[in-house]
Amino acid sequence: MIGNLLYIIFSGVAYGVLLFLMSAGLAVTQGLMRFANLAHAAFAMLGGYVAVTLMNTYSWPFLLTLPAAALATALFAGMLERLLFRRFYNVSQLYQIMLTVGIVSMSVAAVTFIWGSVNQPVRMPPYLSGSIQVGSFDIDVYRLFLILAGGLVVWALIWGIDSTSFGAKVRAAVDNRRVTASCGINVDRLFMLAFFIGSALAGLGGALSVNLVGLSPTFATDFLIYVLIVVTLGGHGSMKGALGAALLLGVVDVAGKYYVPQTGPFIIYALTITVLFWRPHGLFARA
Amino acid sequence: MTAIEIPAPAPVTTSPERAHKVFAFTSRWRWEEIAFWLAAAISIVVFPTHLVLIAQVLITGLFALSFDLLVGYAGIPSLGHAAFFGIGAYTAGLLARAGWTEPITGLVVAAVVAGIAGLILSVVVSRLTGIALIMITLGVAQFFYEAAHSARNITGGDDGLSGINIAPIFGRFAFDFYGQTAVIYTFVVVFLLYLVARRIVNSPFGLELKGIRENVRRVPAIGIPLRNRYMVAFTVAASLAGVAGALLAQITQTVALSSLSFERSAAVLIMVMIGGMGTLIGALVGAAAYMVAQDRLSDLNPVYWNFWVGLLLVLFVLFARGGLIGGVDRLVVWIRAKQKKS
Repeated sequence: MIGNLLYIIFSGVAYGVLLFLMSAGLAVTQGLMRFANLAHAAFAMLGGYVAVTLMNTYSWPFLLTLPAAALATALFAGMLERLLFRRFYNVSQLYQIMLTVGIVSMSVAAVTFIWGSVNQPVRMPPYLSGSIQVGSFDIDVYRLFLILAGGLVVWALIWGIDSTSFGAKVRAAVDNRRVTASCGINVDRLFMLAFFIGSALAGLGGALSVNLVGLSPTFATDFLIYVLIVVTLGGHGSMKGALGAALLLGVVDVAGKYYVPQTGPFIIYALTITVLFWRPHGLFARA
Repeated sequence: MTAIEIPAPAPVTTSPERAHKVFAFTSRWRWEEIAFWLAAAISIVVFPTHLVLIAQVLITGLFALSFDLLVGYAGIPSLGHAAFFGIGAYTAGLLARAGWTEPITGLVVAAVVAGIAGLILSVVVSRLTGIALIMITLGVAQFFYEAAHSARNITGGDDGLSGINIAPIFGRFAFDFYGQTAVIYTFVVVFLLYLVARRIVNSPFGLELKGIRENVRRVPAIGIPLRNRYMVAFTVAASLAGVAGALLAQITQTVALSSLSFERSAAVLIMVMIGGMGTLIGALVGAAAYMVAQDRLSDLNPVYWNFWVGLLLVLFVLFARGGLIGGVDRLVVWIRAKQKKS
């Protein structure tokens, strides 16, 4: 009984860390520019494919593919931001949605064209597979790695937002973009940097998630809803809020699949809708 | 936005006569509307082998129309409008399977059920904006998709519902193999609902919706209850989408699980954008263009289809936000200006 509960919390936290990595970028950029980027999950998908290709075709070691995936995703997303997204910051959200839905549609087709619609196989290095025995518990090594490595990134991110000058500027801009700009801070460049970092995190999250949830072209739409739930429940532009929401979502999802597998993802949707009835601005939003 | 309702000069002093004139001008029958409905009627006569496609174009057009009410008028973006289409389709299908085979009451019941679903959801939707709003519409649609997927003994799961028998319309006109009855039935229903939608957008209520779209903050300031208008718009759009789903179920005698899919929600977004948002007729034109292109290019790998459709959406949103209707309008204005010069 207690063992099951520990297993659920352990797996849920690992999953939650992944969800956080995939959503953190959107939480910040959405908070900064109110830009509804529905292609954010597609960025994570791109990171996954880059990692898988480097591993399977060029036999790179897994740990090296992670920064490569993050960088490649960030470069690609940064290019999109400069070429397309920035033209849409001051128009109706309707058009932002149309633009990004178009990009999702194109990216799903492009990925199917290049890699096919089958699930991509991955083989983890031996030191990241299997499980270790602690007392009477089997601890899955990969999930442990996720929690530790992901935890490190999460800590670095929250420290960066809380304690660096860049983070302070981002927080200021989330609160009030115009006043921040009038203080002489280049919000456009700030945003570009935040977008770059956020996309890198999404690419990293995508690369890390392949071993846990698989990778196929439906990734971009399957995870879109999770990413949106995290950002919504977390509240606008709040890192800690998004982290809390991601961990909650991860644990509830794993618990739901464990205890009531026949209900599928219903529990998540039911929980989200209930929370929004009660707190329409998210769980962790400031009043 | 589209430069369509602008030509009426802003009244300096408001008088009832002036208001009448403005309303008469904005609600006039535009030539695009007449052309579309004439073309639809003629194509039924000219292409007797494509009646099923014509009926499906009209049904999809009605679905796109309901989405345009939501997006193009009230300015509420939704990524889950297929939910109501699917609810209508399953309602009509299950009703017929249960023995209630009369088609018109079937449509009414589907409209009511989809409308109630819309009303319930609108309580949440009317409080949200942006990402949260997108998330909830997408989530609810996925919820219904999963529900229909797992409730195999009711909905047939992946296989969908089949073997739906529909009684003759008014007890006289039976549905035939070639789809003649089906296409005329669809044409009449969609046309009547088009008139209803037209009436709605040209009413003071429709004007309030446009106000919400143009400036959300100013609307409550002039005494319009925002949440109420959101809820009404959402409910009406949901129930029209339900009728579209029910029509498809009745004329194809099947309900596919894909009627609830994300692809359908995304497709309707594309159709309305291509046709021209906030014009009603643009939704029908966009749906027709999309469906006919899909039918012509059915040999094409669906992967390529999705790519080009996505690209088209990006290009339209970048360069032609008025869609096809907006483009035609601009062309007409340009030609008239040229004629005046010479």
